[in-house]
Amino acid sequence: MTVALTALGVLALAALLLLVFTLIRRRSPGIFRDIEAYNRLNRAVGHAVEDGTRLHISIGRGSLITPRGGSALAGLAMLRRLSERTSQSDHPPVVTSGDASLAILSQDTLQSGFRVAGAEDQYRFTTGRLTGLTPFAFAAGTLPVIRDENVSANIVLGDLGAESALLVEAADRDNMDLIAASDNLSAQSVLYASSQDPLIGEELFAAGAYVGAGASHEASLQVQDVLRWLVILAILGGAVARFLGFGF
Amino acid sequence: MRIITAVLAIASGLIVLLGYFFPTQLAGVRVLLIDWAIILGGMAVLVGVANLVFVQMEKIRSRHKNGLYGALLIVSLIITFGLGLLFKPDHQYMHAVVNAIIIPVEASLLAILAVTLVYASMRLLRRRADMMSVIFLISAVLLMLALMPTPFGPFPGDQLITFFLGMFSRGGARGLLIGVALGTLLTGLRVLFGVDRPYGGN
Repeated sequence: MTVALTALGVLALAALLLLVFTLIRRRSPGIFRDIEAYNRLNRAVGHAVEDGTRLHISIGRGSLITPRGGSALAGLAMLRRLSERTSQSDHPPVVTSGDASLAILSQDTLQSGFRVAGAEDQYRFTTGRLTGLTPFAFAAGTLPVIRDENVSANIVLGDLGAESALLVEAADRDNMDLIAASDNLSAQSVLYASSQDPLIGEELFAAGAYVGAGASHEASLQVQDVLRWLVILAILGGAVARFLGFGF
Repeated sequence: MRIITAVLAIASGLIVLLGYFFPTQLAGVRVLLIDWAIILGGMAVLVGVANLVFVQMEKIRSRHKNGLYGALLIVSLIITFGLGLLFKPDHQYMHAVVNAIIIPVEASLLAILAVTLVYASMRLLRRRADMMSVIFLISAVLLMLALMPTPFGPFPGDQLITFFLGMFSRGGARGLLIGVALGTLLTGLRVLFGVDRPYGGN
């Protein structure tokens, strides 16, 4: 019961802080620290539109009915913004995923982005693809997209495992830009070893704020910072209390 | 229509979330909604497979350079699907499809992955020669030495290495997971508030 009440308290606090910071951010947009991977992402989007090449966005295989769904939702929020920015390009972005419901949502998100950009007639449902239902099937199905579809930059954000190394290797071999992040620890270590500017831990969830997805995304980063400090204080307080002999 | 989808999604999300905190009052509705989600997820697989077929057919129609593989995929899909309907998933033919085709193919990809990872580690210092990369490589090599079986018995100091590296890696992993959990929490709240709507556009 105590755990449930604590969780409810954290949730209510996070919700309240998100509302307050969103209102503040609407008046004064935030200034963020430089994350090289996101700088490269913004450059890659510009180049793709100018060069008439294509962005490949992979949102992983995190099912929305599992706890892995959070990273998939973060990937979809970024996809929404990128589809708005690149819909007028000669080659609209292609999106791959390894979960069927995620593939359907990626199509819907792409279509929404095209609609907002006034280019709905350019939208093709075959640009949101399910490439495989198991980790290796997903990787094997995604490799031809990287290689054969006039792609200039790959953005891989979502729940992936060690198979992400195959995607990184394929992009590296053709000297393509690659921005990759995952919520999975194995994938994070693989990406750290194999990609140019790795995104570690919660940096995955900063994607929306760095591609200009709106005040709520910027506010989310601030709330994460506040909550992180609270967690640090709770850990330190717990350690001190335990040291002093207070058991709980 | 978009408002209705948003209201339905937010209400369902709130009921499922609050069902965890008030199980006696909301458990029934929560379980019902999750069951519906699982059924819809199952149907989504069929839609996803149809999407896969359409994408491959487009490749064949447009004489894409690897369209032949698309044709092979569709034929294999039809044969496997037909066999599954005819003999049911537990039949020996279906087991043979999995054991003789899918498992060996995935095992070969795993072997390629192992080589790819070794190659990536070798190139790490060329790509990013900084202190963290050096620490990363040394830790990985030491841990592998401590864990792998050798013809001469255990590597000297293996337990000390696993204890020492394990202490730091467990701490680091917990820190990363707390960060990921906070990010997931905030992403979920944005969807719950209807700010991010991946289900019908905004």
